[in-house]
Amino acid sequence: MSEVESLSRQDWDVVVVGGGNAALCAAIEAAEAGCRVLILEGAPEPYRGGNSRHTRNFRCMHKGPLSVLTDSYGEDEYFDDLMLVTKGETDEDLARLAIRSSEDCLPWMEAHGVRFQPSLSGTLSLSRTNAFFLGGGKALVNAYYNTAEDLGVSVAYEAQVKHVEVRDGRFEAVQAEIAGAPCRIRGRAVILASGGFQADIDWLARAWGPSARNFLIRGTPYNRGVVLNDMLEQGAESVGDPTQCHAVAIDGRAPKFDGGIVTRLDCVPFSIVVNREGERFYDEGEDVWPKRYAIWGRLVAAQPDQVAYSIIDSRSIDLFMPSVFKPDQADSIEELAEKLELPPDKLKETVVHFNAACREGDFYPTELDGLATQGISPAKTNWARPISEPPFYGYALRPGVTFTYLGLKVDRTARVSDAQGRYDNIWAAGEIMAGSILGQGYLAGFGMTIGTVFGRIAGQEAAAHVN
Amino acid sequence: MSINIVQGVETDQETEAIQEARRQVEICNACRYCEGYCSVFPAITRKRLFAEGDLTQLANLCHNCRGCYYACQYTEPHEFALNIPKILAEVRSESWETFAWPGGLARRFQESGVTMALLLTAGLALFFALIQFLQPESGRGFYAYLSHGLMVALFAPAFLLPLATIAISLRRYWRSVGGARVRLSQLKTAFLDAAQLRNLSGGQGQGCNFEQGTRYTDRRRWLHQAVLYGFLLCFASTSSATLMHYVMGWEAPYGFFTPPKLLGVPGGILLMIGTAGLAWLKLRAAPELGAVRVWGGEMAFVLLLFLVAATGLALYAASGTAAVSPLLAIHLGAVLTFFLLMPYSKMVHGFYRLAALVRDAQQKESTQ
Repeated sequence: MSEVESLSRQDWDVVVVGGGNAALCAAIEAAEAGCRVLILEGAPEPYRGGNSRHTRNFRCMHKGPLSVLTDSYGEDEYFDDLMLVTKGETDEDLARLAIRSSEDCLPWMEAHGVRFQPSLSGTLSLSRTNAFFLGGGKALVNAYYNTAEDLGVSVAYEAQVKHVEVRDGRFEAVQAEIAGAPCRIRGRAVILASGGFQADIDWLARAWGPSARNFLIRGTPYNRGVVLNDMLEQGAESVGDPTQCHAVAIDGRAPKFDGGIVTRLDCVPFSIVVNREGERFYDEGEDVWPKRYAIWGRLVAAQPDQVAYSIIDSRSIDLFMPSVFKPDQADSIEELAEKLELPPDKLKETVVHFNAACREGDFYPTELDGLATQGISPAKTNWARPISEPPFYGYALRPGVTFTYLGLKVDRTARVSDAQGRYDNIWAAGEIMAGSILGQGYLAGFGMTIGTVFGRIAGQEAAAHVN
Repeated sequence: MSINIVQGVETDQETEAIQEARRQVEICNACRYCEGYCSVFPAITRKRLFAEGDLTQLANLCHNCRGCYYACQYTEPHEFALNIPKILAEVRSESWETFAWPGGLARRFQESGVTMALLLTAGLALFFALIQFLQPESGRGFYAYLSHGLMVALFAPAFLLPLATIAISLRRYWRSVGGARVRLSQLKTAFLDAAQLRNLSGGQGQGCNFEQGTRYTDRRRWLHQAVLYGFLLCFASTSSATLMHYVMGWEAPYGFFTPPKLLGVPGGILLMIGTAGLAWLKLRAAPELGAVRVWGGEMAFVLLLFLVAATGLALYAASGTAAVSPLLAIHLGAVLTFFLLMPYSKMVHGFYRLAALVRDAQQKESTQ
């Protein structure tokens, strides 16, 4: 009997769709409650873990020093931080539940194999709020798979769920293809933790507009939203803006998918950013980079061909984290323009114009130095130093999509519902429901908090239902 | 300051391994998720450009614990195709060949366990022949089979000359990595790191990912400690015997409650356990996360060390029996082979590792 047949013949207590952080937390909780659990991970084994494999920390409330976290980080401060980025686009009840539960989650994570470390170099600002995973998100994913295996959880890789069978508000089975072989897998409860739809470029293009075809996807190519779409078509209640995605400006030469952390470019504040026409379009020095990181995805997306170019001179090359791809380099602006395929005369004019608007003053790369341009629009309000010392460097920027906001609406027990009310036995966790809490923007390490908290709740609730 | 980061610091004479190591390490430097595992990653973050000497230093700092490989989002089939433990192992073994004197010997013995076995056979044959033809008229213990004078005449140069060539190699290494004058505090840091095998601890004492994939285990560290301290005890045993012989005029054989035996017997047992264990781990570990080219030579070296320890203990156990003569020939042949191979086998890693740890301590100090 093949593996697929054997999986199909069994009556599983809990079927978990997806194989990232939320799915694993759910599976572990359900298995610890005595359930027979099957994880259907859409990716092949080397790529297991969804976007969790690219993550690196967990934002955690704590009343005093906890594990690697210093000082304290209270519920209200955490919630305020969330409100700042979401501009109110959040379900306060669920958000506070996630925040309050995070404190218990950290020791739970450690007890289930996750190792934390003090914040990485260059991220000291997060040492109080975010606990970093030793080795990053893939190490966390590995630890959870090992724990799940020890608990007897079964895992099928390359298991792509096509349809969730729901009859009279009750889940009965999923229809899937495992390594290409179609099958039907029955279960007494299902937990949907299969992420958003950002890797389905056609869907992105329908939602955002055709320019989305030029976006790069920072994470897994396996989050194509098949299950999300299937549930929405069956009338499940949704949450989050269906047209929006979280995007940042990343290196334009990054791979189409899965480029992850190394494709980020931190040079923008020390540069001028021009579009394909060689024109500036926004204040590059508006704020320190982590705070302004996210808006540049949107800004670049609005430019012709969804591309922009960040240009610095030799004085700034050491001021930011090294990039994975080397910049183009030239001894004159015109030569650099040719290498970047920008109009040389126009770029020269932009640089001359910008340089003329720079004034004398002190330049402090690590703080808002107020060194602003005078008399040009858009202004550069900090770190406005002439681009004048060759060699000159240029990096292409493109929007890199992190995740999408559209998701399944859930309640405090992670239960999914349709117009008739809650489904009997369908729960959701992770990116597929994160839009309930994170309706806009992004807060570092909060995706992992939502995934962990609601993954655990979903696992516990599904197990309670089955038992 | 103006650096040419596009042209970089490459030279024309670089090997493919160096170029590939640079490609991979530059990706690591843009990621930095692995900072908590060992000294290699913090050392990477202290640089922006990686000259050949920098990569040689990183390679010799790497203990091949493999934690970073399993944590990496960019291993194959990802197009970035990172495999840091492997590429650093390749650069490391290549560097030992480059710095070895005379060159060429290292390549031969690193790659080929068979060559090592041939040398061993020659060593054994030599001692069987010596015992056969030059057995002294009188003498106690081992010296009844081979005179003390002859042993010293053979082993003093066989031990000291390889050490001298290692000194030459280390000097070449030090120059290549841009080492500065060594201070006592740096030595202390390096010896403490080595004594605890801190870089095999996984950063938090959970151990490494050598033989069990994504699961951490501390076996390799414990077994390597057994080899390290077993070896040091055996070395101390021999040294104490030398002192007793020359300073106190107290000649072998020695009873159990004397320093040579009290140090040597536990040392030999530890060495046997450690080498057998490391060979077993090596069979279970994925070869493609190390330098595949030198797998045979490394395995042969571990087994040679096992043979040295096992025959040494067997020799003691066989005292007074007819087995002493052949066992003595085998033991001395193995020891001679081991000595001669010090500069050209895995044994040399200990010397380079210490040098790399000292250099790392210097670089840490200079950035503080």
